[in-house]
Amino acid sequence: MLLELKDLTLLYGRIQALHGISLTVGEGEIVALIGANGAGKSTTMRAISGLRAVAQGSILFDGEDITKLRADLRVVRGVSQSPEGRGVFPGMSVRENLEMGAYTRRNRAEIDEDLDRVFTLFPRLKEREKQAGGTMSGGEQQMLAVGRALMSRPKLLLLDEPSMGLAPMLIQQIFDIIVEINQQGTTVLLVEQNAQQALSRAHRAYVLETGRIVKEGTGQELLHDPAVKDAYLGVA
Amino acid sequence: MSTIMSSLRRADEGRARAMTGLRSRWSSLPRAWRIGAIGAFMVLLYSLPGLNIPLIKTPDTDFTSVLFLCAVYVLVAVGLNVVIGLAGLLDLGYIGFYAVGAYTVAILGSPNSPVVVKFPWIVCVPIAIAVAMLSGVLLGWPTLRLRGDYLAIVTLGFGEIIRVFALNSNITNGNRGINGVPVPSEANWPSWMTWFPYVSSEKQIFSVSNVIGFYWLALTLVVLCILGVRRLERSRVGRSWLAIREDEEAAEVMGVPTFKYKLWAFAIGAALGGLSGALFFSKQTFINAQGFDLFTSILWVAAVVIGGAGNQLGVAVGAILLAYLPERFREFADYRLLIFGVALIVMTIFRPQGLLPSRRRSVELEDRAKEASVVE
Repeated sequence: MLLELKDLTLLYGRIQALHGISLTVGEGEIVALIGANGAGKSTTMRAISGLRAVAQGSILFDGEDITKLRADLRVVRGVSQSPEGRGVFPGMSVRENLEMGAYTRRNRAEIDEDLDRVFTLFPRLKEREKQAGGTMSGGEQQMLAVGRALMSRPKLLLLDEPSMGLAPMLIQQIFDIIVEINQQGTTVLLVEQNAQQALSRAHRAYVLETGRIVKEGTGQELLHDPAVKDAYLGVA
Repeated sequence: MSTIMSSLRRADEGRARAMTGLRSRWSSLPRAWRIGAIGAFMVLLYSLPGLNIPLIKTPDTDFTSVLFLCAVYVLVAVGLNVVIGLAGLLDLGYIGFYAVGAYTVAILGSPNSPVVVKFPWIVCVPIAIAVAMLSGVLLGWPTLRLRGDYLAIVTLGFGEIIRVFALNSNITNGNRGINGVPVPSEANWPSWMTWFPYVSSEKQIFSVSNVIGFYWLALTLVVLCILGVRRLERSRVGRSWLAIREDEEAAEVMGVPTFKYKLWAFAIGAALGGLSGALFFSKQTFINAQGFDLFTSILWVAAVVIGGAGNQLGVAVGAILLAYLPERFREFADYRLLIFGVALIVMTIFRPQGLLPSRRRSVELEDRAKEASVVE
């Protein structure tokens, strides 16, 4: 297992946000976390990337216990997050944003190689190379955030709502790219409100409700699960 | 109302375009020209005490003393800019570091302090910088985990604690203060310097009655510190500060050790604050707790914000306005808190990026405004 959460609890002040989350992500998988607003999806992501301290339970990454490890050191280990929403550096250019993604790396040749790779995945970013991140459209910022997360050459890519605020056509496109990234060898854990897309693209998925995992299965299983259909897929 | 706002905005955009035009025209000049222009400007700055320019002279105060004050304030602003403008941390108690630097020199260098040692100036100042830096680390260690407003409140408290301590402690002589703060050198001007107006070989280089030596020293330190900070800004340290300022969480998940770099910003800012205090009170030769009120500290923050946080040229202009205007226009002095307060309010509404903004910060502020309007 690349990532394993064991019985994770997390508090926001006195409010318990996660009630014992256990999940696994195997090497080479795309795993999706779906659920309603406030179910604890983003909180789980933030616990994994180290932005939120965990109350109980443990996080194992690549065989190592990283529960107490600082966020920046998790990046060095190979965990990379694309934060929710407008997480790009607004005053930095597209290029500088991507360079920030490679902050923990020193090998210039490899960094340039990855820049090329990101520009191939997102030709749009190449066109906007010199533009300030904050002046781009929501979709472009989303692409930039994903591209930037790739620049650390992660083993595990955490994507928080990659389709948020995007037009339907762009949603298709960004999921195509996620699958492509995965096929190039990066393990992906993604959080999505767009359950339809997430489940049809993911190998496996977990359903979160009020801080608990209530269901798990392969993407296809959950896609055809009546309860999931009812609650998240909005089938008429 | 909205038409006024939009016409103001248009005017503002026009000015911004003119600014960037000026900036790009400047950077497209041949290197030799730029160096020449900067060189000429430096010569002008150094010769200001000897020039008799009628309109800028101050009516009641020795003009060179005002120049010295400006230079010290610029040094303060350069240090505060590291904390506020580069790392994006709001420090309202910066005067605490200034006081620590000043008192360290006074206590270690004056024969009249309760501590009997009497070190020369050149030994005291590095110690003062180190002690100020240490106080920055000690204050930052527990507080830099706090965010925004909390940090501002804690630093405000720190500034006040230092002042109250200075007022009541034995080591600072309480309210009686310490006189005989050492000067950099007791020597007279060498004869080869006497061609400059007001310089004569019967006068000391560093004295309260003839401040030219102090002014030149301060100006030199300002230039060195500006160049040093500029170098830092363009290094990996500067990039880390930039990332922290723009989005601290994003910086963290990029692998930036945010706490470490915030602490560095605090320490470097504190060191520069300590140096400024040491410099200013070497000229005064007398120090007591009255020089360290919180209003001054807050005015410094205002100067940095009004000038244009993040841009060294901008904060220097802000600092010079703060030091110079009350001396040039006496009527101004009584109202300076009011005037700077109003200026600050007007600026935050119409031009939050400051008079001479850093280009990045302008984009950041726009982005933040956009985000706020989304939340609404």
